[in-house]
Amino acid sequence: MNEVAFRLPIIAGVLVTLLTLSALLIWLERRLLGFWQERYGPNRVGPFGLLQSVADMIKIFMKEDWVPPFADKAVFVIAPAVIIVTVLMSFAVVPFTPSIVVADLNIGLLFFLAMSSLSAYSVVLAGWASNNKYSLLGGLRASAQMLSYEVFMGLSLMGVVMLAGSFNLGDIVEAQRDLWFCIPQILGFIIFLIAGLAETKRIPFDIPEAEAELVAGFHTEYSGMKFGMFFVGEYLGIILISAMITVLFFGGWQGPWLPPAIWFSIKTFLFICLFILLRAALPRLRFDQLMAFGWKVMLPLALVNLTVTGALVLAGHPSK
Amino acid sequence: MTQTAIVDDLCNRFGAGTFGRQETGDGIPTVWTTKERAREVLGYLKTEVERPYKMLYDLTAIDERVRRVRQGQSPSDFTVVYHLLSFERNEDLRLKIPLTEQVASLPTITDLWPAANWYEREVWDLFGITFVGHPHLRRILLPPTWQGHPLRKDHPARATEMGRFYLPEDRQETEEAALKFRPEEWGMKRSRETSDFMFLNMGPAHTGTHGILRLVLQLDEERIVDVVPDIGYHHRGAEKMSERQTWHTFIPYTDRIDYLGGVMNELPYVLAVEKLAGIVVPDRAKVIRVMMAEFFRLASHLVWYGTFAQDVGQLSPVFYMFTDRERIFHIVEAICGGRMHPEWFRIGGVAQDLPEGWDKLVREFLNYLPPRLAEYDDLVMRNAIFKARTQGIGRYSTAEAIDWGVTGPGLRATGFEWDFRKQRPYSGYDQFEFDVPIAMHGDCYDRAVVRVEEMRQSLRIIEQCLNHMPEGPYKAEHPLTTPPIKERTMHDIETLIAHFLSVSWGPVIPAGEAFVGIEATKGNNGYYLVSDGTPWPYRVRIRTPSFPHMQMVPLISRGLLLADLLAILGSVDFVLADVDR
Repeated sequence: MNEVAFRLPIIAGVLVTLLTLSALLIWLERRLLGFWQERYGPNRVGPFGLLQSVADMIKIFMKEDWVPPFADKAVFVIAPAVIIVTVLMSFAVVPFTPSIVVADLNIGLLFFLAMSSLSAYSVVLAGWASNNKYSLLGGLRASAQMLSYEVFMGLSLMGVVMLAGSFNLGDIVEAQRDLWFCIPQILGFIIFLIAGLAETKRIPFDIPEAEAELVAGFHTEYSGMKFGMFFVGEYLGIILISAMITVLFFGGWQGPWLPPAIWFSIKTFLFICLFILLRAALPRLRFDQLMAFGWKVMLPLALVNLTVTGALVLAGHPSK
Repeated sequence: MTQTAIVDDLCNRFGAGTFGRQETGDGIPTVWTTKERAREVLGYLKTEVERPYKMLYDLTAIDERVRRVRQGQSPSDFTVVYHLLSFERNEDLRLKIPLTEQVASLPTITDLWPAANWYEREVWDLFGITFVGHPHLRRILLPPTWQGHPLRKDHPARATEMGRFYLPEDRQETEEAALKFRPEEWGMKRSRETSDFMFLNMGPAHTGTHGILRLVLQLDEERIVDVVPDIGYHHRGAEKMSERQTWHTFIPYTDRIDYLGGVMNELPYVLAVEKLAGIVVPDRAKVIRVMMAEFFRLASHLVWYGTFAQDVGQLSPVFYMFTDRERIFHIVEAICGGRMHPEWFRIGGVAQDLPEGWDKLVREFLNYLPPRLAEYDDLVMRNAIFKARTQGIGRYSTAEAIDWGVTGPGLRATGFEWDFRKQRPYSGYDQFEFDVPIAMHGDCYDRAVVRVEEMRQSLRIIEQCLNHMPEGPYKAEHPLTTPPIKERTMHDIETLIAHFLSVSWGPVIPAGEAFVGIEATKGNNGYYLVSDGTPWPYRVRIRTPSFPHMQMVPLISRGLLLADLLAILGSVDFVLADVDR
């Protein structure tokens, strides 16, 4: 009971911080994109336009909660909730600092992978339940994408697990005290970064949305708060993947002089900016190209990484 | 420059009695024949004749029933006009078929030229002339429920002549039902052995269609089995409107045809009018026109560049390119006063002389753009994902392009060097040094390569305009120049009366026919003018490049994926107002 009482403030703190951050992130992305695209971005509401997200939130809350008559009502409503729930659940295992972690699971990494697989259902269900041809195509593309990236995403992390000898994310961070895993696991890092892009459905992998061809893809029929949940879910996803990259490859909270929470935030923030920069720079792949890329390039690379890491770990082991 | 060799050739082959000759203001050999011989003659011209006429450049009609001046022409109520182009000869040929109101029909030539399909539908839609044997002779520009054929002279031209418009619920339902797509009407199957096809209605309001274009896609999963473009949502009856405007007041309407092309649209129109009127334009006006036209080529290509990148998912380029375009508009604004549609060319010259300091603005821009273009090469053209999305997609050969009436960058991307500015220099283009870029594969990427290089060539031309801008008047000294030069009006009454009439009534352009085609932003844009010796045109036919280009989209999309269709639409670079007029 004490345990739970001790955790509750952390849970509340993490939740509030994350939801605020994801709202701020919308502002950040729009401002950064504006900066890189020779325009201003939102700069009218509040100082530097910081309150833009608040205005957006108010607007989106005031909108009619509309379900199209032709949609499969129950699934249509559940789908956006699935993405928020799964992404927030994933944050439970992320060690922000040595002391701030919601659930210090010894299978933390597996839990994260499981949750990210589940979040893909949100898109598939939304596409199917909307009963709209564009949404359906978006949902189909999402499932194709899920199949392609899930496999090498998991494999790319196994090198990290081998080096750390644990699935616990806190242990993984501890194991990077001397050397961040981005050096020995550079290949794994790159593969995970790409898988992470696909996971968050960001350019160049925003194929399920593909606004040029599919209008808005799987969430064409969504509006108001339900659309807002997809939106927030996407930004939470970006924070999650950035946080995971920090934890798995860049030593998590570790760093000199500054307190752990600051280090963690700085690293995560840099990766968030990288994600936004990629969106500003790259075109979109076609879904068959994504699949071919996943199966023919990324999967073999992940396997090579896995084998080589395994061999090196084994070779180094007896001497210890 | 009458090229009569082909007419003699035709007379030798079919007998001199088969053909009537007509003199036109543009020197294009124009012959009349009967509708029974039309197919035979056209087939001969396309395949058998030496140095054949491979391209059906235009197909249109004229309602002749109230035309007064028709010396040397076969009597007819309607005339169908075939405009053919021979690349080997660098010559055009106009074949005219007289029809009567009672029997307004003639055999189709869709089997000779696939491009004839839409042209014949258009003629049927607007004139009610039937093409026997046409596979889908149905309305193309107007709604399927429209009554009458608007380019007939007895059809009202404005809403006030048509009675009050009502849209009660039952009519709305009928209109909606008429727009429903029925695959059977297009000879499509709804399913095959293993699966059902999905029919996806893309547009008329869709993010990827660059305007109000409707495409009905027959999809097998995401693979495109067939595409049916449904155009006409942007049809504004520009050709019909011309018949109510004076020669002068029609100029603003031309700007809005290819609305990204600005003054480029006015050029073929004023050139054709000047040909009819016999006006020789002074050098300064010519060079000013060339400079402004090239600025608009740049502006249009910049819009294409950005939106094409956006079609394949790249978000940023469009912002950079619109910023550049804004700089062009800054110059256009300084010179013309307007921005997108400056309406600045006049019959016999341009509206005003260049303002003081124009050269500084142009010089700044010439220094500004090339480094930006180099940056875009890195950002877009050399991007691996961009290449993966566009190379090998939407390919067609030179022969196909010619068969389908493709001109401009789309034709040059197939490895065929053909540019009106070089082949038939107009407005003094022969005085400029520039290259005609080509590419070899005819796919989406190559069309982009050609346009990007064209932008650099446009800069070269503008630089030459800047360095060698001739002195002299900006408008011709000719009584039909509009508005006429006012200098002498205060000295004698005759000039004052002429000036007054010309300004208030408009110039009376001598009767005749003339066609001028130019290398516009998207391909060959041409105006075929018929004057009946009145202050307004008798008929204005606008030959736009986007119309045949759009017709070709299904051919190059079949078998590809939905995402590829967007790349193709982007690479074709059409403007819906240019398709629908």
